Amino acid sequence: MLLDYPTEKLQPSFAAVFAQGLTDPARATPVDVVGPRGKAAIKRYNVYRNNVTVSLINALAATYPAVQRITGVEFFRAMARFHVRATPPTSPLLFEYGRDFPAFIEGYEPAQDMPWLADTARIERAWLDAYHAADVPPLSPNVLAAVPSDRLADLVFTAHPAACIVRSAYPAVAIFAMNRVEGPITPLRSSTAEDALITRPDMEVAVRLLPPGGAAFLKSLIDGGTLGAAAATAFTETPSFDLPASIAGMIEAGVFTTIHLGDWP
Amino acid sequence: MNAISRRGDVRPDRRLRFPALPVADSAGTSFKHEHLNAILAESPQTGFFEVHAENYMGAGGPPHQALERIRREHPVSLHGVCMSIGGPQPLDRAHLARFRALVERYEPALVSEHLAWSTHETTYFNDLLPLPYTQATLAQVCEHIDEVQDAIGRRILIENPSTYVAFASSTMSETDFIRAITCRTGCGLLLDVNNVFVSATNHGYAALDYLSDFPLAEVGEIHLAGHAEQSDDEGERLLIDSHDGPVADAVWKLYEIVISRCGPIPTLIEWDSKIPAWPILRAEAAAAQAILDRFTSARAVGGGHAA
Repeated sequence: MLLDYPTEKLQPSFAAVFAQGLTDPARATPVDVVGPRGKAAIKRYNVYRNNVTVSLINALAATYPAVQRITGVEFFRAMARFHVRATPPTSPLLFEYGRDFPAFIEGYEPAQDMPWLADTARIERAWLDAYHAADVPPLSPNVLAAVPSDRLADLVFTAHPAACIVRSAYPAVAIFAMNRVEGPITPLRSSTAEDALITRPDMEVAVRLLPPGGAAFLKSLIDGGTLGAAAATAFTETPSFDLPASIAGMIEAGVFTTIHLGDWP
Repeated sequence: MNAISRRGDVRPDRRLRFPALPVADSAGTSFKHEHLNAILAESPQTGFFEVHAENYMGAGGPPHQALERIRREHPVSLHGVCMSIGGPQPLDRAHLARFRALVERYEPALVSEHLAWSTHETTYFNDLLPLPYTQATLAQVCEHIDEVQDAIGRRILIENPSTYVAFASSTMSETDFIRAITCRTGCGLLLDVNNVFVSATNHGYAALDYLSDFPLAEVGEIHLAGHAEQSDDEGERLLIDSHDGPVADAVWKLYEIVISRCGPIPTLIEWDSKIPAWPILRAEAAAAQAILDRFTSARAVGGGHAA
């Protein structure tokens, strides 16, 4: 048995041979793959090829419906097909698939005249991650209200598993919102940069437009910065930053789950 | 919070307790989220629901909430679609752990997987891919089934595949292969009657011959589904296991023959794409239930012995 082992290793498994052509249409049907009674198996093997590619394109379409609505089905499926062939999934969990798709869109030549498309996709990706995130009750406003005012600047927050921020140089939040629903599309005449906050305090995923400075503030808090440091970061970026409104907004949106004082271990 | 935490005495804190609902003699359907409100609105009702395990492998959110609500009132069948039991490489341990966690959490009445593979090296192909039937693949498949059954601590049902190709290297028939699996691992079987019809048509044998060779005594669940039609290289009929429409008349006929031979077996209507309104899916299940009921009463009249 021991002597057989190296030879066995050199022979590709049936699965290795069968898999090679599944995402590569240029490859011939494997010789071991046959139809009954000597019938050909080209169209038969193509059923598997088609199942693999079409089902993965469908998986991307399910995760990125706004992107598909913007580009149209034909454009989307052509773009998705390239992505599926270049980057097939590595996890059997389809809701994990397509994490690299926004970056792919950014570099996809035919999509260059839609520079906001990748950020729209990033919001859709964050939406799905929030949908599947762990169920944790968000921070109650009472907990924050109980902190003595002289200790507020030292507070550190624990981010909710669903919370995510997507910053965009384009009006990506408006584009996302307009294309996640059925109905007529009104022309969008805006070139405003928009930052999105994605949360799911209970069962509904919410996508909010953050006010100026809000993204810098929340990113700093999510990364573990103190409330004082986060406020300073936001004011540096946006002198008109509204701190009380942002604190009220983040509590309402359910961005955090717990607080503790920064000098605690 | 509970001081007593000896294994077996107290349930883990955050686990919901579900009733042990019987699944015997009943028909069920695939559970689709768009049907949740319609299903809950018309309770009480009988029947079970089957879910694809992978759709509930996220940490939380609406999928788990929906499944909890269904599981409180109905038996649930947990159907894995991507364990890749039929592949030559070792099972994905992380995936197996997720599968086990779902079995523990939802206490399903039925647990099943496929005689197929879907992952090679690191690529997941999202399809149920075929395997050659040889002593070598038999040994691999049995090793994988043993590993799954050890992990979940219970018997699993393995589903017969629908296939479009065969392998020149196969040395045994599919039914011999499946019988050997049950003998070696003690697993049960999920008989997909639509798959039998699809494969029989595609490979040019009689579905009834296949069923005669199939170890029906080990069947713990039956699947019925719709299929689509294409053509092969010779222009002859090639059936596709599409799960996107009603069950074909020929499949109903085969199903009735199986139930007349074996007595009632939990039966599921699978419908996974072009999903219809709930009443249409429910009507398919009612049609299966009517056949089950007919043979349940036949069994009662005959003194409690099925075939």
